[in-house]
Amino acid sequence: MTVVFEKPKSLTDNELHYCPGCTHGIIHRLVAETIDELGIEGKTIGIASVGCSVLTYNYFTTDMVQAAHGRAPAVATGVKRANPENIVFTYQGDGDLAAIGTAETVHSAARGENITVIFVNNAIYGMTGGQMAPTTLPGQVTQTSPYGRDVKTVGYPLRVCEMLSELDGPAYLERVAVNDVKSVRKAKKAIKKAFTYQTEGKGFSLIEILSTCPTNWGMTPLDAAKWLEENMKPYYPLGVFKDKYAKEGE
Amino acid sequence: MKDKVLMKGNEAIAEAAIMAGCRHYFGYPITPQTEVAAYMAKRMPKIGGTFLQAESEISAVNMVIGAAAAGVRAMTSSSSPGISLKSEGLSYMAGCELPALIVNVQRGGPGLGGIQPSQSDYFQATRGGGHGDYHMLVLAPGSVQEMADMTVKGFELAETYRMPCMLLADGTMGQMMEPVVLDVDDVKTVAKPWAVTGTKCEREHNVVNSLSLVPEELEKWNLARYERYAYIEENETRAEEFMTDDADIIVVAFGIAARVSKNAVVAARKEGVKVGLIRPISLWPFPKKNLARAAEHAKHFISVELSMGQMIEDVELAIRCSRPVSLVKRVGGVIPSPEEVLEAIKKVQL
Repeated sequence: MTVVFEKPKSLTDNELHYCPGCTHGIIHRLVAETIDELGIEGKTIGIASVGCSVLTYNYFTTDMVQAAHGRAPAVATGVKRANPENIVFTYQGDGDLAAIGTAETVHSAARGENITVIFVNNAIYGMTGGQMAPTTLPGQVTQTSPYGRDVKTVGYPLRVCEMLSELDGPAYLERVAVNDVKSVRKAKKAIKKAFTYQTEGKGFSLIEILSTCPTNWGMTPLDAAKWLEENMKPYYPLGVFKDKYAKEGE
Repeated sequence: MKDKVLMKGNEAIAEAAIMAGCRHYFGYPITPQTEVAAYMAKRMPKIGGTFLQAESEISAVNMVIGAAAAGVRAMTSSSSPGISLKSEGLSYMAGCELPALIVNVQRGGPGLGGIQPSQSDYFQATRGGGHGDYHMLVLAPGSVQEMADMTVKGFELAETYRMPCMLLADGTMGQMMEPVVLDVDDVKTVAKPWAVTGTKCEREHNVVNSLSLVPEELEKWNLARYERYAYIEENETRAEEFMTDDADIIVVAFGIAARVSKNAVVAARKEGVKVGLIRPISLWPFPKKNLARAAEHAKHFISVELSMGQMIEDVELAIRCSRPVSLVKRVGGVIPSPEEVLEAIKKVQL
């Protein structure tokens, strides 16, 4: 018998607390596969944030720090500056990264801090039960935008990759998705490239991953995947927004 | 014998920190502590250390959290409004049981307040400042020499007890120059098996965390922390007593207020008034026992503060309100004169 599919070594045996159909599980797996493939498990430090991924520290076998809401890139900066040979990544949601932690995000990017940021954008606050996020789409209904996000009163969503691409600091910025197999494969490639860049000392990378939240969107996982395709991708186009070290033809 | 050098308080802190092995400083400019950052910016690159000017006080303290979690000796410094911003991080540091040194060179408040010396962050410092049940070790230097000595001691205490230590100075202490001997030969370090340095695939992962969603577990963490606090109260309380043995009146003051008060006590003694000074050096833990002992013979206490009266509550608690306690206060950046304190001493009806 041949083993064709295994749990990555860098994931613990703990049962994930995520809701059925949530794509955090996929993203955890992609990060863990990357850590395994690069052989960096023993020197990687993960920074958990606040939101649904707050318990990330239970799921990776690497050393972990649980940071305050929005502060993960600052904590990562401290860890990295203390021991530059460690590989440091943050795992943050949209509320954490693009609202309360905007300053930390922008300035760690501007410094070109040699860390990897995994940014899970599902256009809603999941942990607190479905409130409007900085990335909630215009018209999207949430608990705190019950009549749909009204851009006249609360303004427009943040396109983080586009915003950061104006800075000289970041090495690599890409937006990917995980709502179908093809997208998942591309997401893996981007995550691996970001971690590889860090091992090569190339500086700040951020991978934005369009993700679903079936529970708080009030949809089945299949409908959620479709909603992401039809609504999020047009507003948040996939692609590479910056790659300082892109090879010819990429 | 090391040479005496003339140094500003803020610079003495910075140099002492470096001598104590601190190679990671994260800060943000604010008067009257900016010399600490400027000094670090000059020195750190030359000794292979990290000086990083953060985008905010909040980021600076979180960088300290990261560095402390990674097991290195890290510090930040600020002044009152900046400490308010750092308070979130201080609470997390206490919750995560991380050691670091935080310097507060106090200025007048509330709000933007002023840039002159104050002691009105006493409550914030001794009660914790951020949310939740916790304490920081709080040391109050009374000279530039002590600014240096307590910086070294602060790191040692923080690492011994795995908690943040605050050096609570004020604008005068930070800005004034005095001769200081920087003698840091024997730096104590503590093993940190809990630090996040990478598992090397040889051990279970370390997790630095303040979250528990199980109430009984979180309660257990807090109870354990307070057991440690009780031990600290018993073993790490520091105070200076001056002419207290036969004193009818006890003046209680720390930092710059203590220096002013000492002059007043000497002047009052010359006039035959039996008065002494207790100078709390550790504000948390507060030297309750020194005060309780003094209350056995003293009939009146005077709290001298650069605040509207914050430490006075600890004085009253320490002596269980068994004696009257009066207050000498100047605020907003004004320092009381020795004459003002002397007048208050002479006014006491025994």
